[in-house]
Amino acid sequence: MREALLLFLVVTSGTGGEICVTRAMKRVGEVTDFRPTAVVRVILRAMKVPWMWVGISMMALAFFSLLAVLSIENVSFVVPVTALNYAAGALGGKFFLGERVTPRRWAGVLIVCLGVTLVWLGKR
Amino acid sequence: MSSSHHLHFKTYCMLFIMVLFAPLGNVLLGKGMKEVGSIVSWGPSRIPHIALLVLTSGYIWLGIASLLTFFVAYMLILSWADFSYVQPASSITLLVVALLGYFYLGERISPLHWTGIVIICLGVFVVGNTPPRTTEVR
Repeated sequence: MREALLLFLVVTSGTGGEICVTRAMKRVGEVTDFRPTAVVRVILRAMKVPWMWVGISMMALAFFSLLAVLSIENVSFVVPVTALNYAAGALGGKFFLGERVTPRRWAGVLIVCLGVTLVWLGKR
Repeated sequence: MSSSHHLHFKTYCMLFIMVLFAPLGNVLLGKGMKEVGSIVSWGPSRIPHIALLVLTSGYIWLGIASLLTFFVAYMLILSWADFSYVQPASSITLLVVALLGYFYLGERISPLHWTGIVIICLGVFVVGNTPPRTTEVR
């Protein structure tokens, strides 16, 4: 039960954080200069976008949940199960962002869920 | 080099960094947390002790460094590439994590477990082969 709760936090906070970081980076614009000083400037510019901080906070929560679950489960079990973030992403896209999720994408999500089920059963 | 080739080149470079450092980071964190031991008590009195063990683990810091490298590559690639392209392209990291867990950490992985991992990678690939935008641009 505890591992399921921690994995739920890893998946939902991780996906929410990634979406926020994506939004922030799209606002920063395409990176064309990869010299270290330029990369640092991009990171500093990104830090001024509020969405980046929301994203980082959610990813931090996901990270600490990941650390906790890694203390009780194998990494080869935990990380594949976190692929459920594709299901969370599709559900979030449909119900929170009003996106039209194509049947093919739902099929992919179902395949991911099937794989996670097998991984879960394979652990026992 | 044309701008299209240049875009592909820098995209593949960033994907390579992501596929290498994300699994490495997770595996190092896993090794570090296994050394810390199972967090059996959730009482507040145990938190400082657990935090001390976590913060003094070399594996944890190496794992964090690897994940930070991954995160910087991830931020950079998202500035030009679609999220719906990057996510499936990095699905191979799931398989790499399992391989590292098996060979480096000596974790036991049953055939059913391996099958599940391969099916997850397939599912992620199918998700990625869908149109990146399904809503009208206003």
